[in-house]
Amino acid sequence: MSLRSMISRLSMGALTLAAASVLTPSVHAAAPESNDPIKIALFDWTSVNLNAKILGGILEKLGYTVEYPTADYLSSLTTGLTNGDLTVALEFWDTTAGEAMKASDATGQTERLGALGPKAKEEWWYPEYMKEKCPGLPNWEALKDPKCAEAFSTAETAPNGRYLGGPVTWEGFDDERAAALKLPFTVIHAGTDAAMFAELDSAYQRKAPIMLWVYSPHWAPAKYKGEWVEFPDYTPECYNDPKWGVNPEAKYDCGKPHGEIWKYSWAGMKDKWPVAYKVAKNYTVDTDELNKMSGEIDLEGKTPEDVAAGWIAAHEADWKAWAE
Amino acid sequence: MTVTASTSEARSRPVQIWLVVWACAFAAVLAVFLLQDRLPWAVNYPAGAIVSVADWVSALMNLIKSNFSWLTRSITAALGVPLDFALNLLAKSFKIGRGADMVVLPRLSWVGVCIAAFLAGRAAGGWKLGALVGGCFLYIALFGQWTSAMLTLGLIAIAVPFCIVTGLFVGIWAWRKPWAERLLISPALDLMQTIPTFAYLIPMLLLFGNSPVSAMIATAIFATPPMVRATMLGLSRVPSEINDFSEMAGCTARQKLWRVLLPSGRPALMVGVNQVIMLALNMVIIASMIGAGGLGYDVLLALRALKIGEAMEAGLAIVALAIALDRLSQAIARSHAQGHVYQEVSPSFWRRYPNLTLAIAVLAVTTLLGLFVPAFAAVPKAITFTTAPMWKTAVSWITINFFDTIEAFRVALILNVLNPVRAFCEGFPWLGAVFLLGLAGYQLGGLRLAVLVAALTIFCAVTGLWEKTMATVYLCGISAFIACLIGIPIGLMASRSDRVEKVVTPVIDTLQVLPSFCFIIPVVMLFRVGDVTAMIATVAFAVVPAIRYTNYGLRQVPPALIEAAKVSGCTKRQTFLRVQLPLALPEIMLGVNQTILMALAMIIICAMVGTRDLGQEVFIALSKADSGRGIVAGLAIAFIGIIADRLFNAWTAKARARLE
Repeated sequence: MSLRSMISRLSMGALTLAAASVLTPSVHAAAPESNDPIKIALFDWTSVNLNAKILGGILEKLGYTVEYPTADYLSSLTTGLTNGDLTVALEFWDTTAGEAMKASDATGQTERLGALGPKAKEEWWYPEYMKEKCPGLPNWEALKDPKCAEAFSTAETAPNGRYLGGPVTWEGFDDERAAALKLPFTVIHAGTDAAMFAELDSAYQRKAPIMLWVYSPHWAPAKYKGEWVEFPDYTPECYNDPKWGVNPEAKYDCGKPHGEIWKYSWAGMKDKWPVAYKVAKNYTVDTDELNKMSGEIDLEGKTPEDVAAGWIAAHEADWKAWAE
Repeated sequence: MTVTASTSEARSRPVQIWLVVWACAFAAVLAVFLLQDRLPWAVNYPAGAIVSVADWVSALMNLIKSNFSWLTRSITAALGVPLDFALNLLAKSFKIGRGADMVVLPRLSWVGVCIAAFLAGRAAGGWKLGALVGGCFLYIALFGQWTSAMLTLGLIAIAVPFCIVTGLFVGIWAWRKPWAERLLISPALDLMQTIPTFAYLIPMLLLFGNSPVSAMIATAIFATPPMVRATMLGLSRVPSEINDFSEMAGCTARQKLWRVLLPSGRPALMVGVNQVIMLALNMVIIASMIGAGGLGYDVLLALRALKIGEAMEAGLAIVALAIALDRLSQAIARSHAQGHVYQEVSPSFWRRYPNLTLAIAVLAVTTLLGLFVPAFAAVPKAITFTTAPMWKTAVSWITINFFDTIEAFRVALILNVLNPVRAFCEGFPWLGAVFLLGLAGYQLGGLRLAVLVAALTIFCAVTGLWEKTMATVYLCGISAFIACLIGIPIGLMASRSDRVEKVVTPVIDTLQVLPSFCFIIPVVMLFRVGDVTAMIATVAFAVVPAIRYTNYGLRQVPPALIEAAKVSGCTKRQTFLRVQLPLALPEIMLGVNQTILMALAMIIICAMVGTRDLGQEVFIALSKADSGRGIVAGLAIAFIGIIADRLFNAWTAKARARLE
């Protein structure tokens, strides 16, 4: 067979295939309302990309075209999602994106689709082996002991302990917290969380002292043994009213807020793809399951696509109900 | 004898005057510093007088966004057509129709692309180059980076020609109209090269959307300037005889330009092309943050999960891509530079372009085979391998065994060197800096330079960024100083021995193209977050031009002069100190200048490990999607670069004038 006739056969085959499928009525009568691609944002951590692949996989099964553009976490709320460059983004954490979400809500061009399910927890965290050196932990008052603080110190912070906080762009208020609770700790800001966990990994291998900001759902609390410090529980008054809490003269004398993780969409999604919108709005995932799946990707080396396919197969009844 | 004595006297007199002037100036600044209780406004810029340039820029951006999005979005759509084609062809495969009726035409087979790369290399530079280029592509495939690498290659394949054509036309325009060059092009080029890309990421996202096209435009802004400069240089260097000859032969202006001048300037143009490719590959990480995906995204994602080995592999795949494209473009430049031999034009395509035909045939056959044999369509997992565990083990081993030594070194460095310098810089009176820099500008380049330098310094103060600006100066200054301290001696050794040069060249090529993200995280594991890590990463990146230019400068000293020195009885040491070094000084100074600019380019990356300077300011602006704040901080970074560059150039020009 000559090359040319092979090509023509192939393209003919493709054409007949296309024609045939146009003629046969689609299995899903409602979806897709539009064949334009639904764009689900990928950010730079595992769980959000897994969620994106799960939702995308469901939508593809319903007949939609899905694309996965890469985007920047905080700025996407006021750029891509406001003008439809991104259709859906699945994880905005109350704990780090509070102000950005407020700014996004104020534009009126995005829609908060509800909570994803898992609760975000962020707090000061230490490896288990540090408990020997500071036996009062996890109670935060143990940290006031100068000996305990010194156990967490490095040469440039001594005699203060060293606390490695998140990037300044995260809304952590750790400098204020250390001052309000009179903790003898110096707050050092890592520029990115990659740098933060690199320090944790290095310290953990050497069984060296470290106190840092760890959040969940994340692979770190699964991989390293340790605990969160127990501060007085967060309430909104604590962040707004100096009188509240152990220090009557300062705000932030409590722990970090534990919050929801929110799904966001471009405001136009509702009218353009009503069924996909319903699925995205109803989409939730179980905390333990998400942690387990993230671990399979980060620690066991599976691809997000395979793990997502597994979830979709296991929960077929769920997502079929969401589309109704 | 008397003649030389009197000239040296005449020369030394103004030097002495300047010495006195400088002494007085330093005394005045010291006085301001000591009197800071009385004159606080001269040391720290008063908060009340800060001009809100950032708000103006944001307002302007909003105006553009609401009135001109139709224009910017049509640009996105227009540029998206070729870009999507390239991305589909190389990486994603074509999807015709949508939803359930989709028909997929496959992307090019990886086997075919590797063979085509080999053929291209062989055609341009023989078997050896063919093996190198083909080998680089095979390396990418075997390390399991194929799809990402092809996404990156697709972006580069469209962005680079776009940059080259734009750069060529702008360069020609600037060459024809000197006023445009002076007033418009030259300042624009400086800003394009010195404002960090992160600073205008938000406007890009708003205007051009979260798409590969934005990434391409950001790449173009950063990578086009060398092409413009190379075009201007190439055209102005064409010997006047050739110019005259073309006029005698009766060429029209257009014929003269396209048939005579541009072909004669080809070597310079090809240097521009080469730089465009390198800078475009430098941008892949940032491009991945605004929708491009590809290798840059793999690096980011791997580092977020602390997979150092995987990040290193993706980074090395970028290096492989860079080496392949660089060597290929250099070989093409060389073979063209040798000139054409007139050949009878053969009527058949096959005879005229045997390699091209063969490559197309191979691509077509392997891609079709891919429809039936999956191993041709995607790289089979079984034949890929990974060195990731090895990297990880190596880093862990160093961490466990050497951390304590490193920690002692780090603490000593921070407490004894970095912190005092930082305190000195941050406490420096802004008025004093304006005054001293202006004075330096006046001494080196006259009143115009003085005004420019002073104005740019004032900008950093009145926008309220003085302290962060000085923190930037501190980190860049120290890093550039150390980079020169390391780089110049290495360049020196490389210039004296071909063997050393052969070892050094691939190392510095790798340092330049490997994304700094790849090595900044392992460095954090050893040196913790903070200024020392930032400094090490900056030195590793900025040392490259110091080595390269020193080597180049010393090697281009005419051998006849060295012979002459030997004949007149100079010792080796004398030859070096009195002949080679002074002659190579302008190049070495250019290298130092480039080192400073490179150090400045790293400021943004350093913010990722927790520095507190303008880089951090740009990051905060990025996360708050505040275009004004980002651009103002970006401008401040650019202005530091421009001030350093102008002062250095003026100084080098003076040194060169003294030589001649």
